[in-house]
Amino acid sequence: MIAGIFFYIFAIFLIASAIMVISSRNPVYAVFFLILGFFNATGLFILLGAEFLAMLLLMVYVGAVMVLFLFVVMMIDIDFKELSKGFLQYAPVGTLIGVIILAEIIMVVGGFVYDAEMISNAPVPIPDVATVSNLEAFGLLLYGDYVFFIEMAGIILLIALIGAVVLTLKNSSKALRQDIATQVARTPETAIEMVSVKSGQAFSTKDTIKMNKRR
Amino acid sequence: MQIELGHYLILAGTLFTIGIFGIFLNRKNVIIILMSVELMLLAVNINFVAFSAYSNDMFGQIFTLFILTVAAAEAAIGLAILVVFFRAKGSINVEDINSMKG
Repeated sequence: MIAGIFFYIFAIFLIASAIMVISSRNPVYAVFFLILGFFNATGLFILLGAEFLAMLLLMVYVGAVMVLFLFVVMMIDIDFKELSKGFLQYAPVGTLIGVIILAEIIMVVGGFVYDAEMISNAPVPIPDVATVSNLEAFGLLLYGDYVFFIEMAGIILLIALIGAVVLTLKNSSKALRQDIATQVARTPETAIEMVSVKSGQAFSTKDTIKMNKRR
Repeated sequence: MQIELGHYLILAGTLFTIGIFGIFLNRKNVIIILMSVELMLLAVNINFVAFSAYSNDMFGQIFTLFILTVAAAEAAIGLAILVVFFRAKGSINVEDINSMKG
């Protein structure tokens, strides 16, 4: 009974925040509504008994991916009003396709017959929660039968990491870089410049700029 | 009030449809499109976990972990490409991504 009430609470908030994600004009609000949606999905995962995945969703999505989205949204300077033009122009086609897909999904789900034999024939049955916790069952499988899969996941993440760094690494002349060879090769002749200041005249800033450029 | 598997499937189907609708609705804004893709992946994850719980099979949850991995990698690479594109063109409008005349 209580699980049912919680399911409906989480489901309604999840759907509502998903609708807000796609309809809000300000992408910052969209990111925040997506975070709310992920929180509610976490609740659904806990209801289904997948505690480890629920916590993973919180950490990976809310903690990392959404913060990344937020950073990008705030970092790039875009007129989002311009981008949301034609918002209603695409709505009819989108609604048509959305209704078709939703109808098809509901037809498939409605015709789905649940075979009770499937439960007894599960290839990797979930152990009893009283003896083996969800996290422990996860670890036993991941580092036991599916160890190559988790290594592959690690390689995918490594490639994504390297790819993101390589893509965004700026190699422009504006960036200040430390060139150790040049620093070590400096001699007193190149580093110090003697300027004779005329009496009654200050050392003007123009000369300083000239010196900086020569350096 | 017993929650059946069908409840979760309908929920995930609705979420997936909202994701697709979001791509159509925000055709110009790449950031919202990426977020819609995240919504669709979340719907798939809910399906996997629901099937896993109701058929008493652990593998659905293992698979969800890998979907999470790929989704995180996709978001990172997608946003990196977005930042590079913004630096090159000064815009993130999808209609400006036409240099290859494809």
